[in-house]
Amino acid sequence: MSAFAIETHGLTRRFGEFVAVRDLTFHVAQGEVFGFLGANGAGKTTAMRMLIGLLEPSDGSAQVAGYDIATDSEAVRRNIGYMSQKFSLYDDLTVQENITLYGGIYGLSNAQIAERTHALLGRIGLEHARKELVRRIPLGWKQQLALSVALLHEPKIVFLDEPTGGVDPITRRRFWELIYETAAAGTTVLVTTHYLDEAEYCDRLSIMVEGAIAAMGTPGEVKREFGVTSLDELFLQLTRPGAA
Amino acid sequence: MDVAAPPAVDVRAFTRRFGDVTAVDSLTFDVRPGELFGFIGPDGAGKTTLFRTLVTLLVPDAGSVRVLGYDVVTDLWTLRSRVGYMPGRFSLYPDLSALENLRFFASVFGTSVEEGMSIIEPIWRQLAPFADRRAGALSGGMKQKLALCCALVHAPEILFLDEPTTGVDAVSRREFWDLLDRLRDGGLTIVVSTPYMDEASRCDRVALMQQGRILLVDTPAAIRAAYPRPLFAVQAPDRLGILAVLRRFPHAAAVWPFGDVLHYTDARAGMDDGAIIDEVRAFVQANGVPSPGISAIPAGIEDAFMWHMAAGTAGEQVG
Repeated sequence: MSAFAIETHGLTRRFGEFVAVRDLTFHVAQGEVFGFLGANGAGKTTAMRMLIGLLEPSDGSAQVAGYDIATDSEAVRRNIGYMSQKFSLYDDLTVQENITLYGGIYGLSNAQIAERTHALLGRIGLEHARKELVRRIPLGWKQQLALSVALLHEPKIVFLDEPTGGVDPITRRRFWELIYETAAAGTTVLVTTHYLDEAEYCDRLSIMVEGAIAAMGTPGEVKREFGVTSLDELFLQLTRPGAA
Repeated sequence: MDVAAPPAVDVRAFTRRFGDVTAVDSLTFDVRPGELFGFIGPDGAGKTTLFRTLVTLLVPDAGSVRVLGYDVVTDLWTLRSRVGYMPGRFSLYPDLSALENLRFFASVFGTSVEEGMSIIEPIWRQLAPFADRRAGALSGGMKQKLALCCALVHAPEILFLDEPTTGVDAVSRREFWDLLDRLRDGGLTIVVSTPYMDEASRCDRVALMQQGRILLVDTPAAIRAAYPRPLFAVQAPDRLGILAVLRRFPHAAAVWPFGDVLHYTDARAGMDDGAIIDEVRAFVQANGVPSPGISAIPAGIEDAFMWHMAAGTAGEQVG
């Protein structure tokens, strides 16, 4: 079993002639907050879909939460959580119904669901809204709820796909505090974002360019390696080599 | 930009409700001819309701909304052909080619692609290699450029862009703003909305919006300059540790992470920066944080937005 939460070797995905992800080799340690960055079309989504067991690799291998993504994708999906800005909760169900539904899907008992609902709503201060339709609660709370629900089955790793898109700057920062709490409790976090200031909050990060990893390390390491003062500058240099 | 000319957009006490939700709450502002005017705010601020009203697709519940001197309710047919609108959601025909979409929008407005070409040429040039590709199969960046061409092909006098850069990476966003700069330099009035605070600096004036209200309207420089308290960047290896310590400092008005530093706002207006730095350093050192880097900095738009947002939410603790 891999000592890492995520470990990939030469992970590659082709669509016909097009190589969407090329020879991805990296690892993420337990409890780490790992930023997964890249321009639109750089291959982040394809790579993420492979890592969560939804898309088979064309070549290479990856272990996620200790399971092989190609031969054991079912076990991978049981041991991870996933949240995206675009979809994670059912708007027409109440807060409680969403939690119960997810708990049921992941095979939790009624007693477990009741106990974890209580703890979860207490932590994010949403107990009063238990019977509200999700559609009616503010976006900031919805996002904290979505993350908490993605963590309901106590996964070893949670994948966050642009979790803070469109939210106000205060809610965005509160959400990151929740990310830190999650990692401090031992859950590994892999997060994508278009906010480069948020990339600075990661323990380590990678920047994908045209399907391959072009830079990887702690924010400080990659800035030193490329001789830049900000991740914004590095992102520009890597994604538009002529323009920098 | 002509300050004396009548406004290109003139909105007074505009309110719009949906059921018991007030999406836009008594907005008053104007946009001058030739201005690049930005609405900056998160999802749910009311930006889309405002834009849909400005382009005659929604009617106000109260107040008056005039664009190019025309009322959006009574003069809608006069107005329709004079405004360009790029909605936030991709709204072209995915099964038509890029060129077919462009032809369609040109014909709806009684013009032709050839007639509109002088306006859209700099943008269309980048799209031309994909003219025959289905719009649904274009990349995100190309879809965005096609939508902009379709909104401009009938030579509108004013262009409304609702969140054109949402979900777009930092570098592509910058390139899109370069395009808007060129259009504005050509004399077009542009009203644009965005959730990204860093885009405010690309506008002549911005309105900061939150929960259906305008917090502030001004030039980006004036908004930054009007930050009401001393602001400092604080740097230390253990960011979480120093964040917790600084929030306990009795004179802290706000403490937020900003990339690789923290932004610390002191509650005492008019106090000497050096004296504040000495006090803050002494306090964090007494709490076990070894000598952090602290320097006074000018406020950014995001600092200003958070300050006004927190000031508006009564009773809630700041940072």
